[in-house]
Amino acid sequence: MTTYDGPPIVVEGLRKTFGPVVAVDDLTFTVRPGAVTGFLGPNGAGKTTTLRMLLGLTTPTAGRTLVGDRPYAAHPVPARTVGAALEASSFHPGRTGLGHLEVYAGQVGASKTRCRELLDLVGMTEAADRRVQGYSMGMRQRLGLATALLGDPPAVVLDEPANGLDPEGIVWMRHLLRHFAEEGRTVLVSSHVLGEVQSTVDDVVVIARGGRLVHASSLADLAALADADTYVVAPDGAALRRLGEQRGWTVEAEGPGFRVPSVPSAEIGRAAHEAGVELHQLATRGADLEKVFLRLTADQGQQAAPGEHPGVAA
Amino acid sequence: MLAEVRKLLTTRLWWILLLVMAGYVAFLGGVLGFAITTDPGGNADVVLPAGADAATTVYSVVNGAGYVFPLIIGSLMMTTEFRHKTVTESLLVEPRRSVFLGAKLLVAVPVGLVFGLVAVLAVVAAGSPLLAARGDGAFLGDGDVLASLLLAAVVIAVWAVIGVAFGSLVTNQVAAIVIILAFTQFVEPIARTVGGAVDALAPVAQYLPGAAADAVIGASFFSGFGGGSVDLLPRWAGLLVLIGYAVVLAALARVTTLRRDLL
Ligand SMILES: Nc1ncnc2c1ncn2[C@@H]1O[C@H](COP(=O)(O)OP(=O)(O)OP(=O)(O)O)[C@@H](O)[C@H]1O
Ligand SMILES: [Mg+2]
Repeated sequence: MTTYDGPPIVVEGLRKTFGPVVAVDDLTFTVRPGAVTGFLGPNGAGKTTTLRMLLGLTTPTAGRTLVGDRPYAAHPVPARTVGAALEASSFHPGRTGLGHLEVYAGQVGASKTRCRELLDLVGMTEAADRRVQGYSMGMRQRLGLATALLGDPPAVVLDEPANGLDPEGIVWMRHLLRHFAEEGRTVLVSSHVLGEVQSTVDDVVVIARGGRLVHASSLADLAALADADTYVVAPDGAALRRLGEQRGWTVEAEGPGFRVPSVPSAEIGRAAHEAGVELHQLATRGADLEKVFLRLTADQGQQAAPGEHPGVAA
Repeated sequence: MLAEVRKLLTTRLWWILLLVMAGYVAFLGGVLGFAITTDPGGNADVVLPAGADAATTVYSVVNGAGYVFPLIIGSLMMTTEFRHKTVTESLLVEPRRSVFLGAKLLVAVPVGLVFGLVAVLAVVAAGSPLLAARGDGAFLGDGDVLASLLLAAVVIAVWAVIGVAFGSLVTNQVAAIVIILAFTQFVEPIARTVGGAVDALAPVAQYLPGAAADAVIGASFFSGFGGGSVDLLPRWAGLLVLIGYAVVLAALARVTTLRRDLL
């Protein structure tokens, strides 16, 4: 396996305003090599704007970004350090997929053979000589990824790479990103759906609307914020409810059993054993990361999902 | 550099424009060749050029009527990037915006030369048989005529460079084309006609880009039929003025459009 010396990506005090709109607000985080980092936030949170600043396409109002020891544009051949595919990558509709890659290949030092190989890698062998005009959304997404990989970069930055991919494509993308991280590359992917990247990322950086950082940690630490629910099936439901009352649990009927939110299964098991309440099933419900995500990114006082408690700090 | 050539060659537009230009210039060369070799009859006001002047006037349609094509192809080299947002990818690969602009300006030179040479061949193919058969001759062996033909190709190349510079300033593709058409088909012809008629304005009219280009090849539609009423700059000055337009437009584009955030 080829190994790469991925550069860390550093975002420091980054801010961008468009007139009265604050798109990114004093954003600071670091992306480490050898891992996949999910850059998460709801629509309009400022993900694309942040990535554009990272790539030198947009000038920050304040703050700076570094790839390794210098800004993106200061690298001799930047596309050989960071491969990037931005949201809805744009192609000239009259060019073929291969033609598109070849246009940029020279500047990045990629051969025609490499262009073909990349199209094979992203599953576009068949469509290589067709005009981009006729490409589907998923095919464009794949071509964008191939473009990002032209310079065989040690760092990869992808904006919403799963958009438009079919389920099979998403699984394929997941494996590819995991593979990149294992090779030692730095991988930063944005998404507005946590569930989409949940099984791919090691680290998460979460921003809320207005481009504020609300959370940055490993995925495991994020999961710890989620209250696990416990599902219990007890033949004597009334006994379980009485136990819940004594202990201060909420016991909600669900299907043949009961859901006890935010109480670990071990605690319920022990209490039931001590009280002599018979249990037929005792299971931890997977931490609902999506809920944590919603809670973290909910706008103060508005947009809070029903039943959610907004403003719980990270 | 090579990337810029590829960008153009991987689309169909360049050869469509090239064909249209060749056809258009050949058509006008033919019409003009026919008109210039036709006896005006009793109308004594019209002084038709004769001899080598007749030949250069016919051949000058390459610039006089054809310059809109290199301007358009040049502007498209930049505006397509904005229209299809490929400018994002281009700047990811080459973040130095001066280099990005410079490469396009440079590549416009050979592209323009190809357009120029094709146009020259087209006008000669259409005009010279008429001049030879009905007029005083085609003058294709004449040094001055040949120089003027070669310079016409050079001028077309400079027009293409101006086109890139203009397209960098006005990045909206439709707007750029509309302005180019309006300027070349209405504004400048009217300004030059007025400049030819009003003596006080004549020195200013010389510096219009079309007039400067005519000065380089040493002949023009306007002077050809107006009995030389429009003064032209010396050749070298015409070329400098023309290049000046490219430089000023490119510099303006660099400090305005190309300094902004690109969407
Ligand atoms: N060029 C611009 N001019 C004005 N406002 C802009 C511009 N670009 C972005 N914005 C604003 O900045 C904010 C952040 O936008 P951005 O595209 O970065 O969000 P995002 O997180 O990528 O959203 P999505 O998930 O929908 O892609 C939005 O309010 C958007 O309207
Ligand atoms: Mg976005």
